[in-house]
Amino acid sequence: MDTCIEKIRELSADLLEKGEVTKVIGFANGTIPMATSPIAIKTKQDVDKLVFNSTCGLNLANYVSGEKGKIAVIAKGCDSRNIVTHIVENQIQREQIYIIGVPCTGMVDKHKIAALFEDEIIDFSEDGDTLMVSSLLNTQTLKKQDYLKDNCLYCTHKNPVLYDVLAKDPVEEQKFDNLFPDVDRIEALDEDAKWQHFENLTKNCIRCYACRNACPLCYCPTCFVDESGPQWVGKGQNKTDVNTFHFLRAFHCAGRCTDCGACVEACPMGINVRDFTRKLNKDSLELFGWEAGLDVTKRPPLDTYRPEDPDDFIK
Amino acid sequence: MKFISIDKNDWTRGIDKSREKYQLFGPVKDENGCLIKKLEPDVQPDMGLHESVMSAKSVIFPQTEKILNASLDESIENHHIMQRAKTDYSPRAVLGIRPYDAKAMELVKLNFDTKDFKDPYWCDAYEATVFVGLGITKPGPFDFSTSVGTGPFCEDGLDVLLADLDDTYLAKILSPKGEAYTAACGFNAIVDEKESQALFDILRKEAEKNIVSQVKIDKLKEKTILELHEADFWDDIAFACINCGTCTYVCPTCWCFDIQDETKQKQASRFRNWDTCMSPLFTRHATGHNPRGTKVQRVRQRFMHKLKYFLDKYDQGIMCVGCGRCVKSCPVNIDIREVCHMMNSYEKQD
Repeated sequence: MDTCIEKIRELSADLLEKGEVTKVIGFANGTIPMATSPIAIKTKQDVDKLVFNSTCGLNLANYVSGEKGKIAVIAKGCDSRNIVTHIVENQIQREQIYIIGVPCTGMVDKHKIAALFEDEIIDFSEDGDTLMVSSLLNTQTLKKQDYLKDNCLYCTHKNPVLYDVLAKDPVEEQKFDNLFPDVDRIEALDEDAKWQHFENLTKNCIRCYACRNACPLCYCPTCFVDESGPQWVGKGQNKTDVNTFHFLRAFHCAGRCTDCGACVEACPMGINVRDFTRKLNKDSLELFGWEAGLDVTKRPPLDTYRPEDPDDFIK
Repeated sequence: MKFISIDKNDWTRGIDKSREKYQLFGPVKDENGCLIKKLEPDVQPDMGLHESVMSAKSVIFPQTEKILNASLDESIENHHIMQRAKTDYSPRAVLGIRPYDAKAMELVKLNFDTKDFKDPYWCDAYEATVFVGLGITKPGPFDFSTSVGTGPFCEDGLDVLLADLDDTYLAKILSPKGEAYTAACGFNAIVDEKESQALFDILRKEAEKNIVSQVKIDKLKEKTILELHEADFWDDIAFACINCGTCTYVCPTCWCFDIQDETKQKQASRFRNWDTCMSPLFTRHATGHNPRGTKVQRVRQRFMHKLKYFLDKYDQGIMCVGCGRCVKSCPVNIDIREVCHMMNSYEKQD
């Protein structure tokens, strides 16, 4: 992709030099192929550490809440939507945050790419829409479009929805007749198969909570699974407890999830965590015409009441 | 030392035969990657190139383990008195593991099996287990095992070390346990010791040459704890950390645990679960006070424990076997090799 990194660095250097912000939160190069690492840049001299590429799949809104002074953040479409959500939920004030928006052409799915190789990937680079990936045994040239993260495939907000400056021209947004074919597939299963689908999803979960901790929505001071007085959920590998964590976390994200895919990106076990949240996103859209994180003036549907809210569930 | 040659055509038949006496564990590859699991009767270990996401530690130290039981039924004798839970400690073998995973068990043993205290659950499981390693011929880019005193053909802690020779496995028998296991498999084609050792040496040297990743740990010992603790780099290292438990759970040498009591009707059970020093709950006192209340304190703790406290306490190297799993799995790419470098080269600025 056109990473517009020079522009990002220039804007960041300017902000830091003028003292308009105390730090710029962005991505730095990782130490291994297909990895980047969130970083806080505090001086103009350090802006060269910033990078932006197709492996910046985490959500930087996760790093802005609780900040005191004014900060800048590099934001893709999804990051910007979670910043909107943070503002709506009083996690940060609009005046506190300078948003360097980056129109995004999608992030790559590291699991999909790793699955093509017998051994470990030792090199990854990209040039426009072409990815070059090598392991010791094999080198492949791939089309980026074929290896996008699932959430990027169905993204309709590639351009930041809230920003102070854009680092490049907006990209064309995608349009779909059906945004939720994955949910339809699960909904079409019979009850037992549906349950089995979710059982399979959690079977390798190690409860490291990377999904939760990578999620900008999960900022509760103490998560319900960590409460110990009283304790709500067992902490071990009991299946019911593992599932309870995933199901309840998903419900807590209902009407708030921007489908950024940071949970999937973070999971070391390759669990498609989005399968828990997608149905709730679909319901939010169908029942309330709602997509999270688009408007700082609107409250999410589950903490407002309108007389016309659907109430078919009341029999 | 005894060496056995195993024709790969006989491998499956042999290990299936061993199932009569041993429960088997080993790497299993599924759509989400490679994990070490108990091998069901029809499942064979994956002896391929993939490193398992999780180490073999769960074979000895399960993520959740019931350790004690009690009945709350007052009509029963000894009600409310905890008794050791029944666990199957019949012989088990873990096959095809990375050699350094067995070395990691030896490091963990320093905590669980001491002169004064023996953890019965860990010790009994360790005693029951045969470790069959597979030499790594093509080390991955994350492997820095040779820098930390292990390596792709490290023998420490293993009972059998296999070398993959395409059509055959050459097995080096390293202990009586290993001898008994290979006998149970019916593997008995003894081959010349000198030649075999020479072959092992060649393979080991070749594999070690292919390790591209190195760290330096030579100066860690001479640093003072307080200077490292107060070093100026911790904030920067910790910034990206999301405080998940991935690094600690994938680590073969992380052994911290939490004790949980659960009751169901008249049955009480005490469980031991893996815990992670990345979690605020790990150190939160009953009063609510938390001596490691901030992220940076927790990140520092993990690295200080692995690379300094353990080294100082036992003088048996650092608590890391160089597998690189944490490097690969960390969602935000915090790299222990970099942290190790910072600590090893740290000089206090006046």
